[in-house]
Amino acid sequence: MIGLFQDLVNWVSGPTVLFTVTTVGLLLAFRYTQVWSKRVAIWGFSVLAVLYVASMWNPDFLLIVAKPDNIPITGVIFLVLFFTWYAMYQGIENDRRRAAGEEIHEKKESDKVWVWPDLVYTEMLAMVLLSIVLLVWSILLAAPLEQPANPADSPNPSKAPWYFLGLQEMLVYFDPWLAGVVFPTLIIVGLIAIPYIDRNPKGNGYFTFRERKAEIVIFLYGFLILWCLLVISGTFLRGPNWNFFGPYEYWDVHRVEPLLNVNISDFFWVKLLGRPLPSGGLFAALLREWLGLLMVGAYLFVLPVVTSWPREKFPGFLRWLSLRKYYDRMGPTRFYIGVSLFLLMMSLPIKMYLRWAFNLKYIVAFPEIFFNI
Amino acid sequence: MLNRILDPIRGAWKEATDSQVWASIFRHGKPVSNRNRALVMMSNVFLHLHPVKSRKAGIKLRYTWCMGGITFFLFLVLTFTGLLLMFYYRPTVEYAYADIVDLQEHVPLGIMRELHRWGAHAMVITVWLHMLRVFMTGSYKPPREFNWAIGVVLLVLTLLLSFTGYLLPWDQLAIWAITVGSNMARATPLLGTEGPLSASLTLGDIALVNAGNDARFALLGAQSVGQPTLLRFYVLHCVGLPLGAAVLMAVHFWRVRKDGGISGPM
Repeated sequence: MIGLFQDLVNWVSGPTVLFTVTTVGLLLAFRYTQVWSKRVAIWGFSVLAVLYVASMWNPDFLLIVAKPDNIPITGVIFLVLFFTWYAMYQGIENDRRRAAGEEIHEKKESDKVWVWPDLVYTEMLAMVLLSIVLLVWSILLAAPLEQPANPADSPNPSKAPWYFLGLQEMLVYFDPWLAGVVFPTLIIVGLIAIPYIDRNPKGNGYFTFRERKAEIVIFLYGFLILWCLLVISGTFLRGPNWNFFGPYEYWDVHRVEPLLNVNISDFFWVKLLGRPLPSGGLFAALLREWLGLLMVGAYLFVLPVVTSWPREKFPGFLRWLSLRKYYDRMGPTRFYIGVSLFLLMMSLPIKMYLRWAFNLKYIVAFPEIFFNI
Repeated sequence: MLNRILDPIRGAWKEATDSQVWASIFRHGKPVSNRNRALVMMSNVFLHLHPVKSRKAGIKLRYTWCMGGITFFLFLVLTFTGLLLMFYYRPTVEYAYADIVDLQEHVPLGIMRELHRWGAHAMVITVWLHMLRVFMTGSYKPPREFNWAIGVVLLVLTLLLSFTGYLLPWDQLAIWAITVGSNMARATPLLGTEGPLSASLTLGDIALVNAGNDARFALLGAQSVGQPTLLRFYVLHCVGLPLGAAVLMAVHFWRVRKDGGISGPM
């Protein structure tokens, strides 16, 4: 029974299943907003906490979770889940009040109070409590110190600090110039750009979901799935050789996973046309990669334009592609920048699914100049 | 009976608060009257970060989660514990690891390193949660766009502070985490040896970008994580990044006030 359950959890934790299940779950939670209730939260957190604690009896689980520098990940799991729920819960409560013609919570308490004592005491209490938490944590758990640094002996797996493991996980799907340089830059630029792209005047200074659905869905998808989930799975579920291991699996250094990844150019020239890849010179390289270049170009440069067209221009089943509503509201500059940033963000899950479905390695591959996408 | 113990204490307390010394420090009476509640905020440089009055909903825990405040407090804890750690720690390949061992084994009741490390981990999480709260309440919207941008830079500085500190114990965990993290810099377009287009930067036959001068070299001060890296990260960790963060925090807090205080519905 327990063995069956462990196998099930190991299977669900696999990159493909975990990513799909959490994404679908999140989208369903945005569709059926009644799940952000107190009752669901209490049940959900209780079940998760009990399972988490009970799992400590499994030596493989304990080994990875109790590693001192992995403690923050347990914090991330519970704190991020709790505060996401708390924000959504308050937002949906406010939406309900609005719909019923009542005042939202933040508006009801808009009278001014003295900062001394009302705020200063809260801050004082927070400081005292946090000091206690830190002191107890520090007394109970020693900071890790491994063997002295030895440049000749690289551990397997070698991992970056936990908060960068989302980026390291991206290395599975993208080359370092994208995963390690371009995407981090885009995350920073994209975050800074948010207030300048999102011109929706509603939802300023109070929790809400209905008044800014698109913003919240996109942000939470990025934060929860593309960042936190990848950090968590990068820390807990990636073992030697960056192979995937379920939470109840032994980290076997000798496990070999066959990697037979192929490029788009191989699909087109070798598999479809049955001829060798064009070679020799710049023109041959461009010819070799024409399909991939076309796909990337269409994705990054044609799609933003197409989505700005009005609905009538699309055949019926493609109407959902039209984002004209947003184009009209945001204006061309904000729209094109916003859609481009969104497409760049979505390129990560797209590449992940292409890898899982077709073992696709590169869409565009110019290994000669390290330019692989 | 109790009063016989407490009365002298009360008397001494009254004596102290009536003294010239007390009056020279606190230029007003106890903050029990509204006038003094305002004065305490305006005459104390630390409390002066706050306004005198604030909207009730805005200062509720359910709204702010106190995450920004907690993050700032953690920064102070890290500054203080970091300062004490600097008394013991020497950033050289020869001594660094031994100094950390000494800290653990020879300093009685020493938990400074623990406080520093766990506090740093906690700060990374609280910064994320602060960002989540600010996003979910739409507090980045006008007029607070610029302060959101400052906040994003502070988030990056927090990660960099943690990253540079990660190397200092000079154990296996440290150098390999930094090696993995900094390997990516090799792939910087144009500036890294294995980055796209870098090979096209040539002067005649000479490649302009090589392992001895690329982006990764600039980060590490060497071709692999070594003594120059340790010194570089130490200086950034203890001086450069905290200074930058402190300046930006000042701007961040200042702008919270100038942009209308804690956000709330119009």
